[in-house]
Amino acid sequence: MSADHNVFITEETVEGAANGPLADRTVAVKDNISTEGVRTTCGSEMLEDYVPPYDATVVEKLKDAGATIVGKANMDEFGMGSTTETSAFGPAENPVAPGRVPGGSSGGSAAAVAAGEADLALGSDTGGSIRNPAAFCGVVGIKPTYGLVSRYGLVAYANSLEQIGPLAPTVEEAAALLDVISGPDPRDATTREEGADSDYASAATGDVEDTTVGVPTELVEGADEGVRERFEATLDDLESRGATVEEVSLPSVEHAVEAYYVIAMSEASSNLARFDGVRYGESGGFEGNWNEAFSNSREAFGEEVKRRILLGTYALSAGYHDKYYKQAQDARAWVRQDFDEAFESVDVLASPTMPTPPFAVGDSLDDPLQMYLADANTVPVNLADLPAISVPAGEVDGGLPVGVQFIAPAFGEADIIRVGSAVEN
Amino acid sequence: MSDTSDGSDDAAPGPEEVRHVADLARVGLDDEEVERFADQFGDILDYFETLEEVPEVERETDLVNVMRADEARDCLSQEEALANAPETEDGYLKGPNVS
Repeated sequence: MSADHNVFITEETVEGAANGPLADRTVAVKDNISTEGVRTTCGSEMLEDYVPPYDATVVEKLKDAGATIVGKANMDEFGMGSTTETSAFGPAENPVAPGRVPGGSSGGSAAAVAAGEADLALGSDTGGSIRNPAAFCGVVGIKPTYGLVSRYGLVAYANSLEQIGPLAPTVEEAAALLDVISGPDPRDATTREEGADSDYASAATGDVEDTTVGVPTELVEGADEGVRERFEATLDDLESRGATVEEVSLPSVEHAVEAYYVIAMSEASSNLARFDGVRYGESGGFEGNWNEAFSNSREAFGEEVKRRILLGTYALSAGYHDKYYKQAQDARAWVRQDFDEAFESVDVLASPTMPTPPFAVGDSLDDPLQMYLADANTVPVNLADLPAISVPAGEVDGGLPVGVQFIAPAFGEADIIRVGSAVEN
Repeated sequence: MSDTSDGSDDAAPGPEEVRHVADLARVGLDDEEVERFADQFGDILDYFETLEEVPEVERETDLVNVMRADEARDCLSQEEALANAPETEDGYLKGPNVS
């Protein structure tokens, strides 16, 4: 089955506990989440043979909840990409839109759920990497509030932005998986108490009576016409169920993409320095001195990874730090402030998840800047540490999925689950 | 805006600067990658420069330190820690010369 869509990098079954809330469920785990004894490649040749000696906290929680892990899902190398075409193990395919990408970077996770190869999946979202493939594959994806889910055992790309989160066929199932993985972890000092005894699944009531939905005009203007039509239809439906829809303005989001990429690439340039071919990773051999051997081993990185390490190194280098990194941090603070102000008058914010339907295979690879711009609607959420959900909102052009995104204040997962569940009913 | 490789615009690194940054980052590149990155980085860095338009924003400092007791905890065994190393010797990681 999986050979059809190249969903898994490694297919291996790990049985969980006999009982638990996920006792009869199968889960695909993104291949940047550590699984004891099962190789974890991050979609990279660099880690082709890496077998973690321990489980990520979320994997321990899956096992304790009785879930059966069925494989490590394909992904853009180290989470760097929006299409799952930068995997060293070949691109994953979109099971519901042939010839199109599944989105990224958690494309294998979303495709596994869409193709029925797993009941549920875990992805990670640094700038939209759960919501983007959820939208492109017609499934539900949740990017939790920063600190709700432990990142212990997640191979780091950009620590200050990323969270592990669920993908599932329905909002309620995604919420139930979030219930299992959320909560504080002594091994991740950025986790918080919220989510310790959560019951997000029961928030999927579909009740939007008296809920105010804000629509940031900046996140709708750039979308394709078909996507906008599906989005407007979704809003009309919510209004007919008792919600109030009003326009809001988030001027800062016009700068979110550049701020996101400067911060993410800067953090990546530091994080990926650990892959030196000595403790783990592809060895460059021991010819020459340390620096030469180190550089040789890192030729194993794919082109997108090299591009981001170099741009991050450049942005942090002497003379450019203030010009790029410091200003990106200012933009991040501005985005947070804008969201705070918007949430003074609305309960949740809504936008199209992606401005277009799924890209055709190969379309975005030649122009990295165009690929980065496709993340305009998802990255503001990561800059502001907020929770967001992508829910299927129908199809355009004869079967291409469209997703809508709902955003809540920090730790407002129950609200986006409630509103998201109204869309699917 | 995006002068490419003649060095007249410092936002557009030419091949030499791409090689220099690659050396700093210790990432080996082949000649084709150097050329491609030199072409692309001008556009990407020009785009990053629009951050100039961002106003100064007062940043809320809600950061707190998270401490734990300084007590020994379980950790990986030596065997586990070495299991993924390409080369080991007498229970140690083996790396290249430092020179």
